[in-house]
Amino acid sequence: MNPIVLPMAPPAPATRLISLTVDEQPVEVPEGSTILDACRKLGIDTPTLCYGETLMPANACRICVVELEGARTLIPACSRKVEPDMVIRTDSERVRLSRKMVIEFLASSVDLSITPPAQDYLERYDGRPERYGPSAPPDPDRDKRRAGHHERPDGQTAATVHQPTKIDNGLYVRDYSKCILCYKCVDACGEQWQNTFAITVAGRGFDARISTEYANPLPESACVYCGNCIAVCPTGALMFKSEHDLRDAATWDESRQTRTETICPYCGVGCNLTLHVQDNEIVKVTSPADHDITRGNLCIKGRFGFQHVNPKA
Amino acid sequence: MFGAGGGTSSYREVAETDLLILWGSNARETHPIFFHHLLKAVHRGARLYGVDPRRSSSAQWADTWLGLDVGTDIALANTIAREIIHAGLTNQTFIDHATTGYAEFKASVEVWTLEEGERVTGVPAETIRELAHAYARADRAILCWTLGITEHVTAVDNVLSLINLALLTGHVGRYGSGLNPLRGQNNVQGGGDMGAIPNKLPGFQDVENDHEARARFERAWGTPIDPNYGWHLSQMFDGMERGELKVAYVFGENPAQSEADTKRAQELLGGLDFLLVQDILMTKTAEMADVVLPATASWCEVDGGTVTNSERRVQRMRKALDPPGQARDDHWIICELARRLGHDWGNPTLEQAWDELRSLSPMHRGMRYDRLEELGGIQWPCPSEDHPGSLFLHGRLWEEGPAQGPKAPFSITTWVPPVDELTEEFPIRLTTGRRLDSYNTGVQSNLYSSPMRRGETLDLHPQDAFKLDVEPGEIVRISSRRGSVDAPVRLDTGLRPGLAFMTFHFPEQVAVNLLTIDATDPKSGTAEFKATAVRVEKLDGAAKEVAGVAGREADT
Repeated sequence: MNPIVLPMAPPAPATRLISLTVDEQPVEVPEGSTILDACRKLGIDTPTLCYGETLMPANACRICVVELEGARTLIPACSRKVEPDMVIRTDSERVRLSRKMVIEFLASSVDLSITPPAQDYLERYDGRPERYGPSAPPDPDRDKRRAGHHERPDGQTAATVHQPTKIDNGLYVRDYSKCILCYKCVDACGEQWQNTFAITVAGRGFDARISTEYANPLPESACVYCGNCIAVCPTGALMFKSEHDLRDAATWDESRQTRTETICPYCGVGCNLTLHVQDNEIVKVTSPADHDITRGNLCIKGRFGFQHVNPKA
Repeated sequence: MFGAGGGTSSYREVAETDLLILWGSNARETHPIFFHHLLKAVHRGARLYGVDPRRSSSAQWADTWLGLDVGTDIALANTIAREIIHAGLTNQTFIDHATTGYAEFKASVEVWTLEEGERVTGVPAETIRELAHAYARADRAILCWTLGITEHVTAVDNVLSLINLALLTGHVGRYGSGLNPLRGQNNVQGGGDMGAIPNKLPGFQDVENDHEARARFERAWGTPIDPNYGWHLSQMFDGMERGELKVAYVFGENPAQSEADTKRAQELLGGLDFLLVQDILMTKTAEMADVVLPATASWCEVDGGTVTNSERRVQRMRKALDPPGQARDDHWIICELARRLGHDWGNPTLEQAWDELRSLSPMHRGMRYDRLEELGGIQWPCPSEDHPGSLFLHGRLWEEGPAQGPKAPFSITTWVPPVDELTEEFPIRLTTGRRLDSYNTGVQSNLYSSPMRRGETLDLHPQDAFKLDVEPGEIVRISSRRGSVDAPVRLDTGLRPGLAFMTFHFPEQVAVNLLTIDATDPKSGTAEFKATAVRVEKLDGAAKEVAGVAGREADT
């Protein structure tokens, strides 16, 4: 028997096209696509917050919900796979009300000041978070809350997830007052990418927050400072220390920044880096989510090991 | 062995294979993003075998860890080979069709019974058997290695012994099956591609034997090319010792701290008539130089260079920062140097230099800059401008009909123990390597603040620490036949009794390479960084005296 000639790579299985209707428009997308994919193909701008291009849908924020004819409940567009002949409505009264509720509750309890899409969604769905009253005074001990220790709210103020900003290392800052509990950082740190499992959700209900084990500071946790959590954070809750300091000094200015793609100077894997430069200084490093080598991920050296080319402070 | 030196598989295949062997590699820390691809496979259900003297953070992910004694890789590979042969698990069709020298090879491994393998390597016979059977039976299997294989006096034979395993089983030249050295630096592969090795012209064209290629380069460059192999780094240091090499031009390297047996390396560099260093930072080597040429950082201060990664992907680098002071681009400095030496090479851009390379190196021919841009890098070989690049190498070995090109030869590899022998005086095996947040001699990496960095330590198994009566954090003296250093103890249960570990990231704090041996592999010139015999001493009053005596002995 002679060896056979092998193709360079196994052929991809043939995919069927699925037809469905979104907002009265017929559309065809490959089998396995989501409703969100179908919406995007039609140019329907569907809001998302917890959805990440490089992550499995977490179904946490519910801002992307749409109405499926015949279904009892609204369904999340980001995770629900298309099925033949689905009839979807993305702008019905029910959808708009639900989205308005989601963004209002988030905006009343979380600092969304540097989450540009959130401001856009508030406008689009006529969200008025102020109607829940002024923010309750911040609780400095949010990390210590235990299930069952909840006190009944007085109804006069809006409860918030506020807690003091955590600055416990020189590389990145955690400001969980900006956290919408989208799970992206947990998924990136866990089995979807980094497999370090340094963080997860602690607490129940409104006390839920992202935490290291025993809420230890990062240097005493399992964290390996890859910053892959920062890369997926949609609200700025996780942030380079360099960005945090510039924002504090009111000198962070994205309009003056350049973004340049290059290759990491360390090991031989060849990770693509995007260098964010302001005033001839690297202020942040990301990696393109659509490149096969990194899918947006880096290690501590690629993400933070650039000081040797920055001017000496 | 297969001609061009490069990993045969793509990262994508690593994620889609069925069985992975990580041999002499702590990729979890040294190649973290490669490890992401590997973990994709593990989560899919692929089996992972870790072959490493240390139960490293990579080996901890393995289904099975083979904790072999340092420097017994050939013994283990030959034992695996014999077991595959005796269990009737070879891919005979592939062996007949695509390889040569099987009969001789088969005879050469006959002595390596499982029992003999266990005796020499320290890995239980049953575990060796398990790996042999699983590797041979897998549909797809990829073998990856790093410096744990190559930083030995038998560097080349170590690699050849792994290649033998792939030839026995047909685990090369197919999607999802291959042999992959993980490159330690962002362009160590590209350096080889570009002929920055003593025996090849760019594109892995042999300078001695490929007359046609040499003639092509001579025509293009208008100058005769010395048809003899040059010297690799270790031969250069030997040349310095003999007084034959008197001038050195070092760029982007810090041999004064990175070479094994630092004391000798520094003496030889110091004895040169003229040392020229070109670097982005003031390294220890630069401090020794007669002239230092400040260079720009090619990864972010220069537009248009390329690097090649461990899956043979050539990628563009780009300029993000204005360089400091009078720093100049490497290619500008080299051309200017040539001009001052009487050769006007003009002022080529990096793209023009690359296009010249494309005209001379067939494997790079199709890699136009705009295509590199468009495709997110291209994997060589890419012989024409409509070629997409190559996902994996050596598919030709599987082609029907008469063999396309030379067959792949089995190699007979002989196990020899490490040069630096363990004796009563030097009973502990010291091996060196990297940690996640640091890099080589720390020139770049020590300039950012890592919360994980703890400086140099001597990592010991708790049992050894108990025997030596030393505590974590206690400063001890570590002596080899070449020198002594002091460092704090750290306990690591991933080590085995008798095995110690240090990095070489903090030479200013602890010059670990004072200990390492510069015994080198005659075929590749790689020094045996991975196997040093040391003695560890507690530094109390009495021991200090003993250590003092030992220090003097080591000096002689």
